Amino acid sequence: MDFNDSSEEAAFRAEARAWLEKTLTHQNVRNAVRIDGPEGLKIAKAYQTKKVEAGYAGLTWKKEVGGRELAPIFSVIFGQEEAKFQAPTGPFAIGLGMCIPTVIAFHSADRIKRYVGPALRGEEIWCQLFSEPSAGSDVAGLKTRAVRDGDDWVINGQKVWTSGAHYSDYGILLARTNPEKEKHKGLTMFVLNMKAPGVDVRPIHQMAGGSNFNEVYFNDVRIPDAERLGEVGNGWNVALVTLMNERLAVGGSSGPEYAEILELARNTPAPGGKGSLLQDQAFREKLASWYVSAEGYTLGKYRTMTALSKGQTPGPESSIGKILNANRMQDLANAAIEAEDHFGIIADPAIAPMQAAFQNAYMWAPGLRIAGGTDEILRNIIAERVLGLPQDVRVDKGVAYKDLPGGR
Amino acid sequence: MNFDFSDDQKMLQDQARKFLAEKSSRKVVRDVLNDTGKSYDLALWKGVAEQGWLGAAIPEEFGGLGLGGLEQCVLAEEVGRAVAPIPFSSTVYFFAEALLAAGSAAQKKALLPKIVGGEVVGSFAISEGPGAPSPSAIEASFDGAKLSGVKIPVTDGDIATHAVVLAKEGSGLSLVLVDLKQAGVKRETLTTLDPTRGHAKLTFDKANGERLGKAGEGWELAEAVLDRAAVLIAFEQIGGAQACLDMAVDYAKGRYAFSRQIGSFQAIKHKLADMYVAIELGRSNAYYGAWALSTESAQLPLAAAAARVAASDAYYFAAKENVQTHGGMGFTWEVDCHLFYRRAKLLAVQAGGPSVWKEKLVRRLELKNAA
Repeated sequence: MDFNDSSEEAAFRAEARAWLEKTLTHQNVRNAVRIDGPEGLKIAKAYQTKKVEAGYAGLTWKKEVGGRELAPIFSVIFGQEEAKFQAPTGPFAIGLGMCIPTVIAFHSADRIKRYVGPALRGEEIWCQLFSEPSAGSDVAGLKTRAVRDGDDWVINGQKVWTSGAHYSDYGILLARTNPEKEKHKGLTMFVLNMKAPGVDVRPIHQMAGGSNFNEVYFNDVRIPDAERLGEVGNGWNVALVTLMNERLAVGGSSGPEYAEILELARNTPAPGGKGSLLQDQAFREKLASWYVSAEGYTLGKYRTMTALSKGQTPGPESSIGKILNANRMQDLANAAIEAEDHFGIIADPAIAPMQAAFQNAYMWAPGLRIAGGTDEILRNIIAERVLGLPQDVRVDKGVAYKDLPGGR
Repeated sequence: MNFDFSDDQKMLQDQARKFLAEKSSRKVVRDVLNDTGKSYDLALWKGVAEQGWLGAAIPEEFGGLGLGGLEQCVLAEEVGRAVAPIPFSSTVYFFAEALLAAGSAAQKKALLPKIVGGEVVGSFAISEGPGAPSPSAIEASFDGAKLSGVKIPVTDGDIATHAVVLAKEGSGLSLVLVDLKQAGVKRETLTTLDPTRGHAKLTFDKANGERLGKAGEGWELAEAVLDRAAVLIAFEQIGGAQACLDMAVDYAKGRYAFSRQIGSFQAIKHKLADMYVAIELGRSNAYYGAWALSTESAQLPLAAAAARVAASDAYYFAAKENVQTHGGMGFTWEVDCHLFYRRAKLLAVQAGGPSVWKEKLVRRLELKNAA
């Protein structure tokens, strides 16, 4: 066992870090990740273009589509270094992490050529249009219809929870092409031009107050058949390729951790009135559990990296990370607020401890437990794909979509 | 980055698993459980000695294999998986480690080769009553030559040939090495939750003993031994927890209720998924402990605490939910769930309970943050 990079990995890391130091010097660039709106997007796009010029984009992709054909471990290393610099990569995560790999796997050669370059350079941004108001965990139960009309498909329906739809140029859209078939078998995937007539993007007002996601409505939107991804009726298998990448992408924790709550506890009186909360035994036990969970997650990633280093493909085990992190974030935020006692209700960053980080985390955590696979779906995945347990009894097997309760 | 065991270590683990599947079969474990006069399996103990495991981390000059902490960890995982009824942890993780850490040249020369051969069975005697031991509460006393006092419970104390005992000496504490085959030592066998391992109350009445390490450093030495043992026990716990999950998964696939495999119900699936998550969390923390152990890292105290906390939680959770998954069958004597449920509790409290280790963890975290 050792935690060091191989010499090749170390050289790559050093080279990447030197480039990042040189490229992400300006404070504006580092902060772009937090800037919502056109200014932040401009900065992010400029950074992405520089990444391509320096050869750091599409590290694992094939050379013929502009990649470097490096092993996945190099992509992980570059991501770790980028994270340290708070590189503004957010707007491209879904497009380059999920949509474009799907395009490369299923689209025609000339379309791949058309889309991959601009996406890689950050000139065009992509979003993923799968979830619907009545099809979340059961995404294959979606209603949005695609009906063939000459060389086109005509789309009607609605998607929801679409990150970045408001600034995206293209999206991959999963729609129902045949309601006479079983629900998984009547789906087809398309590339949608988000600027096409009939596409209407509306922001979702989240429970935490912000708007990071959208609803997208389709009213007689036309998509040429040449923009179909894969065979008609094979959309579910195409979607699985996309989703495989999602849980890796949504894994990390972004909230306050044990170090932050330890600091809070040091400066907060204990409930008994004697000493600080950090001296309170009940609190210390909870702190130990959060430490074990947070460190276990990080160490688990090292095990994944080791598997990648050896050329193995990490399986659905990585679902663990999201369950742990989202729940820890919620528990820890809740405990911090309770520790602040009545003062804990204050969410004004100018007054609340640590710029209201715990109050923000408290309001964000419920979303993290749902996004990219709910806690419950992830447990099903672990149970079925890792432990090999049988599927739940299905009432939708062998039934045409149109005949399902709720189907239409 | 290589956060995994080597191919050689995995091969050793594989051999150990096969060996124990045969020599520490559930029948062997149950024979010890059912026979009140028997607290370990002698044939298994001899077999383990022949395999060289008792000296895995003992230097070759004392007859050991001279391997390292990582090899000990993979063996510990298999011992835990098999619920092996032998004084392995007492002898290897505690007694031998204490000798290696603090023994004089003469003490090592006299005892280590006999540990390797299985003739010396060690034990580690700290506890004197309910609650976690603390330096000021230790009553047993040593005057430089003679030891008096009571230790209860001492794991494997009923069959051990030797003990390392924590005792007062002057104003401090010392570790004392005692040969248990002498007139000044009285042993009383204890009834415990886990009869597959022996336990005794040891009463010392001016028993002959010799100091292990320096006078007054007993508590610090004991803590250092406990840190190393915590990592190795964490691997036993992970092995046992994994065996529980494997059992529960098998049962959930084969048992039908309401005309379906019970493993198709989400209530069962989610329970088993939670067991898997707890075990993997324990495993990742234990791996880090293994790395710290094998490299003598300054991170060992914190890593050991994290491994111990995570693995204790995982084994308790897996053991109790394995019983639950088996339903009424799981509550019978004949089904093996209780072997793990018993051992899980022994391993959780044997080297200091979860609360003690959570407290150690936070104290060490504070020290690290202050540094």
